[in-house]
Amino acid sequence: MSGVRPALPDAAGHFGPFGGRFVPEALVAALDELAAAHAVAMADPDFQRELRQLLTSYAGRPTPITEARRFSEHAGGARILLKREDLTHTGSHKINNVLGQALLTVRMGKKRVIAETGAGQHGVATATAAALFGLDCTIYMGEEDTRRQALNVARMRLLGADVVPVDAGTRTLKDAINEAFRDWVTTVEYTHYVFGTVAGPHPFPAVVRDFQRIIGDETRTQVLDALGRLPDAVVACVGGGSNAIGIFTAFLADPQVRLYGFEAGGEGIETGRHAATLSAGSRGVLHGARTYVLQDADGQTRPSHSISAGLDYPGVGPEHAWLRETGRVCYQPVTDAEAMDAFRLLARTEGILAALESAHALAGALRVGRELGPGSVVVVSLSGRGDKDVQTAARWFGLDASDRSSRSAAYRRPGSGVDVPGRPM
Amino acid sequence: MTAVGEALRRCRAEGRAALVGYLPACFPDVERGIANLQALLDGGVDILEIGLPYSDPVLDGPVIARAADVALRAGSTTAAVLRTLEAVAASGAAAVIMTYWNPVEQYGVDRFAAAVAAAGGSGLVTPDLLPDEAEAWLAASDAHGLDRIFLVAPSSTDERIALTVRFCRGFVYAASVMGVTGVRERASVQAPELVARVRRYTSLPVGVGLGVGTAEQAAEVAQYADAVIVGSAFVRCVFDAGDDAPAALRKLAADLAAGVRRMPATG
Repeated sequence: MSGVRPALPDAAGHFGPFGGRFVPEALVAALDELAAAHAVAMADPDFQRELRQLLTSYAGRPTPITEARRFSEHAGGARILLKREDLTHTGSHKINNVLGQALLTVRMGKKRVIAETGAGQHGVATATAAALFGLDCTIYMGEEDTRRQALNVARMRLLGADVVPVDAGTRTLKDAINEAFRDWVTTVEYTHYVFGTVAGPHPFPAVVRDFQRIIGDETRTQVLDALGRLPDAVVACVGGGSNAIGIFTAFLADPQVRLYGFEAGGEGIETGRHAATLSAGSRGVLHGARTYVLQDADGQTRPSHSISAGLDYPGVGPEHAWLRETGRVCYQPVTDAEAMDAFRLLARTEGILAALESAHALAGALRVGRELGPGSVVVVSLSGRGDKDVQTAARWFGLDASDRSSRSAAYRRPGSGVDVPGRPM
Repeated sequence: MTAVGEALRRCRAEGRAALVGYLPACFPDVERGIANLQALLDGGVDILEIGLPYSDPVLDGPVIARAADVALRAGSTTAAVLRTLEAVAASGAAAVIMTYWNPVEQYGVDRFAAAVAAAGGSGLVTPDLLPDEAEAWLAASDAHGLDRIFLVAPSSTDERIALTVRFCRGFVYAASVMGVTGVRERASVQAPELVARVRRYTSLPVGVGLGVGTAEQAAEVAQYADAVIVGSAFVRCVFDAGDDAPAALRKLAADLAAGVRRMPATG
C-alpha cells in the first residue's frame, strides 16, 4: 500500500497549468483556513484514527472486491473485478469524502454545512454526516435534477437537510455549485462548504482526493492479496472525478497499470449533447479552478447532457486535466446507450444494479477488457448503487410498474444466459 | 492616467465621492443596453462599470444573475460588449469592464486588454481573479496602460489587503459585505472599517460596492469612501421600468448623484 502523499498540487494548488484559485477575495480566508486544517489533520494520528473508526464502524469499510465472472464473459476473456463502493452506507463513494470533511468542519468550529449535488448521492452523504454530527445542513440541487432524482431529495429531507432547488441557468449541477458558492460567500464565518468532487478552488481538489484515495489504497492491497500481482487496468467514470482520482491515486506510480477514465458521451460527441469535458472541452476557468471546460468561443459555459445526473457537469477536476495532458490516464467518452447496455448486463449477469455513473465505467471496462484480452485483470470502481436510478432505467428500457406486458418474462428463459444487447429489453 | 483616474481626481477636487454605476452590457439587448448606460451618465454617474454577461456569475445575486441571463439570450458576445464600451467611451465616459475571468482568457488576455484600450476603456474589475493568479493580466494591463481593479473583502487579512492593493491601479474595490451583489436595507457596518484598513496600505482611491441602492446609503458611504458603486439597484430599475428604463435610470442616477454630493450631517 502506498502511504506516500502525492506531490501535487503545489502550495498554491496547481497541477501543472491547472487548478489554482479563481474565486472572490471574500472566500480566500476560508480556503486558507481549510487548507491549514486539512494539512494539520492529515498529519495528525488522532484525526486519522477517528476517521478510520468512522469509515469502518459507520460507513462499512473496507468495501469488498467482487469478481464479476458472468459479466466478464462479455469482456473478451478479461477478468473484471468490481470495487464495491456501492456497498457503503448511503450507497456510494461520496461518504468517504463527506465523513472526512465533516470532521474538518467540527475541527474548524463551524456549525453549518452546505453542499451541491447532482444525482443526489453527495447531498445524501452530506445530509447523513450532518445528522451524525449535529450540523445544520443545506443542499443545493438543480431543479431539473430534483425531478430526475426525487427519491434522493426525499432521503435528504428525511435526514433533516434543507434542499434548495436551483432554477438558474441550466438547472443542473453546475448551477447548484454557483448557488452554493453564493451561500458560502455570505455565510463563510460559520459555514463549511462540503465540496463533493475533486474540482473547485484549491484546496478542494486535494482535500477530496485525500479522502477518496482510500478506494485505491484498499483496491491495491486487495488485488495484491488475492492475485499476487497488480491489475492490468483500473477503470472509473469521470464527472467531476472524485471516485476516479480516489482509485487512480494508488496506482499513479505503477506504470504497468493502465488507467482509464470514462466520461459521459451522452447522445454522442458529434451531437454536442454530452458531458465529455476532457474529450471535447478546452482549457478554461470554471468554479474556481483552471481546468477543462465545455464552453463556446466566448468562454460561456455550454450546457452538458448525460442520462446520469452525477456526470452531467461541464467541468472536471484539475488533476484529471493534468493527468490527461501528461498521458498517464486515458480518457474516453461512453454514450448513454452504451452505459445503459452495461447497466443491464451487470444487472442480468451479476445481480447488481449499478449507479448510472458507474455504468459508464462498466461499459468502459468491457471495452478495455476486449482490448487487453484473455487473462488480463481489469478493476472497475463501482462508485455507487443504482437504487436512485431505477425510475430512469425503467423508463429507458420501457419497463415500469404499470406495464403488465413486460418483456422480461420472455427474456428470462431458463438457461438463456445473457440477453442480446439493444433496447428495449 | 486613465479616464477613470481623471474622473476620480476631479471628484476629489470637488470634495466629494464619485458615483460608479454598474449595468451589464447587452441588457436587455445590445442597443438598449447602450442607451441604458448613456442614461446613467445623463443622470450624473461619474464612472461606468460595464458588466460582461457570463453564464456562471458566482459573485452575483439573483437580480444581476438574471440580467446576465437575459443579455446572453439576447445574443451578448464579448465582441458586443466591446462595441458597447466603444459607444459609451466615444461620448466621453470614463468606463471599466467588470468581468469574470474565463471570458477574458478565452478571448486572449493581451488581445482583450488591447481591445479594451482601443475602445477607450480604462481597465477591468475582476471579481474572481486574485492578484495571485493574475500574471498574464498584470503584464497585459501594463502593456496597454489599463487600470486593474481587484477586490478586497471584510474577511481579507491585512496581509491580503497589502498584497492586493500593491497590484491595484485606478482604484481599489472594497466589497462592503460578505455576500453577493444585491441591495441591502442597511448600509454595511463592516465597510468603514474595511476602507480604513485599506487606507493603511495605499493612497489609491477606494470604492465601496455591494449593497448600496438608495441616495441615503450613497450619502453615508460617500462620507468615508472615494467612490460609491451601485449595481443591482440600476439593474432592478431596468427590470421594473421596461420600455421606460432610460428615463427611470436617469432619475435614479440623479438621486444617487445628489446623495454623493450631500454634505456630511452635522451634530
